[in-house]
Amino acid sequence: MDAVLEVDNIEVVYNKTVQVLRGLSLSVPHGAIVALLGSNGAGKSTTLKSVSGLLSLEDGELTAGDIRFNGESLKNRPPEKMVRDGLFHVMEGRRVFEDLTVEENLVAATYALTGRGQSRTQGYELVYDYFPRLRERRRQLAGYLSGGEQQMLALGRALIARPELIMLDEPSLGLAPLLVEEIFEIVARINREQGTAILLVEQNAAVSLALASYGYIMENGKIVIDGPADKLTSNEDVREFYLGVGAKGEEARSYRDIKHYKRRKRWLS
Amino acid sequence: MDWLFFGEISLAGLAMGGLYALIALGFVIIYKATRVINFAIGEIMMFAAYLFLAFAGGMEMSPWVAVPLAVLGGALLGGVIEKTMIRPMLGESPISVVMVTIGIASILVGLVEMIWTSNPQLLPSFLPREPVFIGPMYLAPKIAYGFLIGMSVLVLYLLYFRFSRGGVALRATASDQAAAYSMGINVRRVFNLAWVFGSLAASVAGILVAATGGLSPQFGIIGLSVLVVVIVGGLDSILGALIAGVFIGWLETVAGAYLGGEYRMPATFAVLAVILVLKPYGLFGTHEIERV
Repeated sequence: MDAVLEVDNIEVVYNKTVQVLRGLSLSVPHGAIVALLGSNGAGKSTTLKSVSGLLSLEDGELTAGDIRFNGESLKNRPPEKMVRDGLFHVMEGRRVFEDLTVEENLVAATYALTGRGQSRTQGYELVYDYFPRLRERRRQLAGYLSGGEQQMLALGRALIARPELIMLDEPSLGLAPLLVEEIFEIVARINREQGTAILLVEQNAAVSLALASYGYIMENGKIVIDGPADKLTSNEDVREFYLGVGAKGEEARSYRDIKHYKRRKRWLS
Repeated sequence: MDWLFFGEISLAGLAMGGLYALIALGFVIIYKATRVINFAIGEIMMFAAYLFLAFAGGMEMSPWVAVPLAVLGGALLGGVIEKTMIRPMLGESPISVVMVTIGIASILVGLVEMIWTSNPQLLPSFLPREPVFIGPMYLAPKIAYGFLIGMSVLVLYLLYFRFSRGGVALRATASDQAAAYSMGINVRRVFNLAWVFGSLAASVAGILVAATGGLSPQFGIIGLSVLVVVIVGGLDSILGALIAGVFIGWLETVAGAYLGGEYRMPATFAVLAVILVLKPYGLFGTHEIERV
């Protein structure tokens, strides 16, 4: 069994009425970076929440399929237990505790180490090594950090937990391009140096596919296409719909052409 | 105007306010962590006071044993209530949960009447009796020592929440529940502990208040004054509970002394009305930002 996470044909229903995921499967190998791409409302965040068990807080329910972490089913495992087992979910929008200081945010993350018998304190130095700016601001309230610093703090909390797999939900959200690059470099470093597998959910397909070794693209609650990252980048449909490169060549489409183009791509594979 | 009298009344009022602050703290902890408005807080403190009566009066234990036992009993009661009656209501509308706490309050009153009858009772005295003078002003010893004990408990709580790891977990849960789960914090356990610690603070205050003013099944009415305190201070602000508690206690006593006992409640509720108009979230409460 070489996959750290296997999602097997899951279906998710919100409020007992709205079906969001319709038979989604994916797998993340040990120590790999895997990208999960898709447009707004495709169900990317829902996929992560169904893995980390936060779905129940939003009245969502896993109605079919199975999720395995290191070969063990995660069904009915309480969310805090999963974190303690090594599966860390960095939620969309960073979700730092705004009225806690930077340091207290990190302290909160040490609860992930409960029952593992690992030292709590050495994680802080690791975080401050990766993010020197957090060291400078460690006594400040997290709510006063800039967006980029908050994203760093969110990643720092994940580092504290020393997980086997980090699920990153849109780390580029609301950040300037330069910062996005910085954040992604650090994500790559964490993956390389800590051996942490990363499941990266993004709308920014170009950056994520450059980073990931394998990619999944989802639409309407299903995976529509998947493959090694370099194959996806050269796939014509992906180039046209997600990387914004014209299918016929490299020439930019004029707005007139785009206006014509109303049909949504149907994936009939 | 007799300044000495005013000073003595004010002092007694401030001391009473300190106990209000402690009860309010119990209320605020529970609200902050779980977003449950606990109308049973007055009855939980009444129950703890009756436990003290049973331990110290009925079984003739020394107060050194009886007080901790009664306080623990009150804390345990809070924990049991959360586990058996509040947790199943998780995810239900806040109004339903409030109704449950009101129901619990009635049950506790009934229970106390069944066990200890509805007659008012006096607690065996356990605080020193030498009169306390601050400058020329006299302060009843029960009130003075009650204030001291109450304030020490309050300071301990504040320090714990500010500096301990458990305090971080509580504040993290209060700030963002889903994110707290994603840190590996056992949020359900935090809820339970919030009830235990909140009830513990209320129980300490309950015994101290009952020691000064006697005890009856209607004792829980004090919860109403405390409700004013927490609304004035801001439902989720510990500092607000502290300041508003002292202020409301002072106001109630001074209004009672100068205008007559029947003006105690109207005075505080008038302040409440003014505060609600000027600052709907209380003096120190956070403004709710709803994001859907």
